[in-house]
Amino acid sequence: MAVQQNKKSKSKKGMRRAHHNVAIPAVIICSCGNPTVPHCVCPSCGNYKGRNYVEQA
Amino acid sequence: MRHKKAGRKFNRTPSHRKALLKNLAIALVKNGRITTTLAKAKTLRGVVEPLITLALRNDVHARRQAYATLGDRTLVARLFDEIGPLFTSTGGYTRVVKLAQPRKGDAAPLAIIEFVKQPAAKSEAGAEAKEEA
Repeated sequence: MAVQQNKKSKSKKGMRRAHHNVAIPAVIICSCGNPTVPHCVCPSCGNYKGRNYVEQA
Repeated sequence: MRHKKAGRKFNRTPSHRKALLKNLAIALVKNGRITTTLAKAKTLRGVVEPLITLALRNDVHARRQAYATLGDRTLVARLFDEIGPLFTSTGGYTRVVKLAQPRKGDAAPLAIIEFVKQPAAKSEAGAEAKEEA
């Protein structure tokens, strides 16, 4: 089995990990004015496509 | 490899999977609307929609076929006498909508599955009764 000859530097490790980023979630503004996720029932008002799905307390 | 093999296994044995979908179908017929994971909701469509098609046929054989899944005569009666008559055309009896907040604990994406037309008598009870599965 091939084994690395030299230890990778901190710089090389950082360069490799430069693309290890967490995806930024898509956010839209619901008609109620609060941010929500696209294609989902709004957690603030419980509406989606003009219908109410979750009753708000 | 899974190439071209359709369907979800839910990490369960066939009998366990069958029981799960049967339980979900019973909960949906009972309540008219349930909250569950997105994958289960999507799979449940393929179980519940044929039941409605049976209800449209509305003969003794169809009732017995529905009983094989529901296992409860009152539920079969509800399916055939309350839910079935709401629909005329074939297909598209259920609606799956995604919820923005994932489940606490395992961050599973959640969804609501409901009948497109809710039975009038129990629509109020169906809105508050939710089944976590």
